[in-house]
Amino acid sequence: MNRIDSVFNRPEHKALIAYVTVGYPSIEATLKVVPILAKSGCDIIELGIPFSDPLADGTTIQKASHYALQNGVTPKICLEVASQLSQMVDIPLVFMSYFNPVLWHGAELFCRDCADAGVDGLIIPDLPPEEGSELEAITKRQGLDLIYLLAPTSTQERIRLVAERSRGFIYLVSVTGVTGARESLPADLETFIARVKALAAQPLCVGFGISTPEQVRQVARLADGVIVGSRIIQLMKAEEPTEAIASFVKGLRSAIDKPTAND
Amino acid sequence: MQPDERGYFGDYGGRFVPETLMPVLDELTEAYNHVKTDAFFWAEFNELSRDYSGRPTPLYPAEGLSKHCGGAHIFLKREDLAHTGAHKINNALGQGLLARRMGKHRIIAETGAGQHGVATAAVCAMLGLECIIYMGEEDIRRQSLNVFRMKLMGAEVRPVSGGSRTLKDAINEAIRDWVTHPQETHYLLGSVVGPHPYPMIVRDFQSVIGKETREQALAKLGRLPDYIIACVGGGSNAIGIFYPFLEDKNVKLIGVEAAGRGIITGEHAASLVAGKMGVLHGSKSYLLQDKNGQIRETHSVSAGLDYPGVGPEHSYLKDSGRVEYVAINDKEALDGFQLLCRTEGITPALEPAHAIAYAAGVAGSLDKEKIIVVNLSGRGDKDMDIVVEALGVQP
Repeated sequence: MNRIDSVFNRPEHKALIAYVTVGYPSIEATLKVVPILAKSGCDIIELGIPFSDPLADGTTIQKASHYALQNGVTPKICLEVASQLSQMVDIPLVFMSYFNPVLWHGAELFCRDCADAGVDGLIIPDLPPEEGSELEAITKRQGLDLIYLLAPTSTQERIRLVAERSRGFIYLVSVTGVTGARESLPADLETFIARVKALAAQPLCVGFGISTPEQVRQVARLADGVIVGSRIIQLMKAEEPTEAIASFVKGLRSAIDKPTAND
Repeated sequence: MQPDERGYFGDYGGRFVPETLMPVLDELTEAYNHVKTDAFFWAEFNELSRDYSGRPTPLYPAEGLSKHCGGAHIFLKREDLAHTGAHKINNALGQGLLARRMGKHRIIAETGAGQHGVATAAVCAMLGLECIIYMGEEDIRRQSLNVFRMKLMGAEVRPVSGGSRTLKDAINEAIRDWVTHPQETHYLLGSVVGPHPYPMIVRDFQSVIGKETREQALAKLGRLPDYIIACVGGGSNAIGIFYPFLEDKNVKLIGVEAAGRGIITGEHAASLVAGKMGVLHGSKSYLLQDKNGQIRETHSVSAGLDYPGVGPEHSYLKDSGRVEYVAINDKEALDGFQLLCRTEGITPALEPAHAIAYAAGVAGSLDKEKIIVVNLSGRGDKDMDIVVEALGVQP
């Protein structure tokens, strides 16, 4: 069993997934914060490879990506960071990258480098299953999960397609929109999750627009995992980022684990 | 050629977009396939092309320019005379009618030079649709005349401050808007780029340029031209004039990209001449990238050509050898601009000034019997500030 599967095989346990942009605000910061995320209760870490044109991202992650690129962060450096992190933490690491850097690196070579670095999976937000056959075959050979996304606009037919092809888990985009913290969860989220649940056997993890303990608690009752990104990126710039992030993530963890605490 | 089921022209094209947009693209493909064979739709398109856009645009024998070059006869396809001053109106009109047919009343678009923004704003005003235009801050600065025109026609112009603050970033922002409001919005993409079916739809609406050129050449000259030359940014005016001639192997087709400050300086926008295959804005095509697969910043004196990608069908036509792609730098384009002003009393936009400059060189090397058609894709009023600045105050 691979490491992502084992996260979802723990009975009564809902996954908390944290996103960080590699190299924001510095490579040292990434190396320091990921072990803290793991210790504070995250089950999977999503490492964002910065890209010049992040068209699925809102302003927070756009700015973090831009900043990291200005710092000279490259896919190669991201692989080195992942390699170090996989020695430091026990939980699975997945890369989130737009497709062009992967294509440029060479998909085969990139996936081999990922496997060597101890990375467990890939999320490519601009690669729908229609374009993913080749990368699916390569990731399979290298023992990586290629995780596809679904959105509230996805039709039954598309849900079936992703249910056939996504490995590790399915990433449910909670809203029609880009990444970034929002005040409330969309009203149709429960229906959306139920629609996917009816057709997919994989664990379902929900991301985009989720940032508060209350939101995390609500989502954890409906899905198998919750993904938090932009809020963590914002905290990276706090005065004492490690403490701020540790206490933020612990708060999310306890909201997930004690789902009735506030009822 | 028609793209395959997945929207590929050979190795190029496809749909590399967030999942949220995949169903929207399916819906658009279906709607377009539906109107493709709908005689009423095309009757309305043709009627408005005539009465609103002023088509057909003339095929003008540029005697003064030809004489100056001392070789082949140059004809200009006068898209600069189309309503709003460029070929962009053809596509804006077609997609505007399509959006109305789909029941989408909120239109978003990106613009670089502002020509597509103005054309979209005009069509939205005429059809009664809401219109939001994304435009990079750098382009707003250098094409301010067009910003006023858009606003006068009721469009909201949203400045884009990300990245290089030009066309590429305006497209990113338009896509983000579209992902956020997919149901009620039609993204009226202005060039033959983006995910399938856009490269096909935009080409089909722009191919009116080539169809007219063909008929006019046969009527006027009794034969097809020897060369057709057009500038290429995203590539919509070029594919529009090339497409109806692709099967005529004796007609040489040349696309002219922007060499900016020179290809070797790296400060240019010549994706086909100097780029490599990559994925940007939803399709696989030639692309200007750095050694890590990040999209490179581009430069051209012409905002409309200042884009790191190019339409996937152009990539296919380059690899197949059917079209030759070359590049003209800023200085040569400014020379072409002045040349047309002086020899013909026509002020071209800086985009087709690249095609004029290249055509002038080709014409000089050919016999007098040869015929060259240049697609004069837009007029140059919008570029006066840039030209004055580039040439010093005395033109």
